[in-house]
Amino acid sequence: MEAYGYREGLRDGLPIGLGYLSVSFGFAIWAVKQGIPGLVLVLLSGTNLTSAGQVAGVTVMAAGGLLVELALTELVINLRYALMSVTLTQKLSPGFSLPKRMAAAFFITDEIFAVSSTRKGLLTFPYMMGLGCLPWIGWTLGTALGAFAGTLLPAALSAALGIAIYGMFMAILVPGALEERGVLLAVCASVGLGLILRYVPLFGFLSEGFVIILSAVFGACVAARLRPVPTGEGEA
Amino acid sequence: MKLYLYLLVMAGVTYLIRVLPLAFFRKRITDPFLLGVLHYMPFAVLGTMTVPAIFTATGEPVSAVVGFLAALLLGLKRRSLVEVALAATAAAYVTSLVFGLL
Repeated sequence: MEAYGYREGLRDGLPIGLGYLSVSFGFAIWAVKQGIPGLVLVLLSGTNLTSAGQVAGVTVMAAGGLLVELALTELVINLRYALMSVTLTQKLSPGFSLPKRMAAAFFITDEIFAVSSTRKGLLTFPYMMGLGCLPWIGWTLGTALGAFAGTLLPAALSAALGIAIYGMFMAILVPGALEERGVLLAVCASVGLGLILRYVPLFGFLSEGFVIILSAVFGACVAARLRPVPTGEGEA
Repeated sequence: MKLYLYLLVMAGVTYLIRVLPLAFFRKRITDPFLLGVLHYMPFAVLGTMTVPAIFTATGEPVSAVVGFLAALLLGLKRRSLVEVALAATAAAYVTSLVFGLL
């Protein structure tokens, strides 16, 4: 049984932080174009630390959506963190008190979960803090750079950077769909319903936030029904 | 200001989702359907957010399609998140330059 400290956490977090830096740079350039002020974006990244949730949130913000719509969108999109959080409870070292759990919870992202949950042995509080440090700095700093220095870029480059965040989503989707039929099914069902809800005039009253909620829940339910996950592990 | 209210709601909801299970959950989920829904949810969310939005992400369809294809190709090759994101951006950028010159 091995335990890891702050230093090991920092080391494991470095590549995640570098990745977040470039992706959040693109996110900020995109979000500024949606009309959200740079300061709001930096605060958003610093307090949320989540890519998909922030893209959806900015979409709802830019459209002047309802607060309840925003809350529901975040709930559905970030529901996966609850499962990751549950999974991590099984691996926490005995010294992980309630306040420490409350601090570590802030840093749960797809990548941090992937690294920590696949680490052998128990997870210590210092390790989790070290692991979260550089990704948080990278995500927040990249957002600030994109929001305030993004306008210095040539127009063509800044336009092209709008696709960066979707490129990152593709990097999660495509290998997932390759590995599991169920994932492919979930994505196809979700995209399919999403296209119907967005382009069939009958559903024109639905805002983007609710389209995401409805199509995602539909896709996940279809896949869960047709391709049940092998019991024992629900890693997302 | 309404933007800051949005900010508060987003940060609050996102943190609660992360902290409640980690702080208070003491057992295992066993319902297979629920496990499945939670397992597939992130992919379903990312899917509906990426398509069709990726095709308008650069403000012009040709460079967006090329960027999408670049991301698809590198995704199939299982390259890292950063590599795929940068490749999509580079492909879209080069395409827009070429079309800008025409």
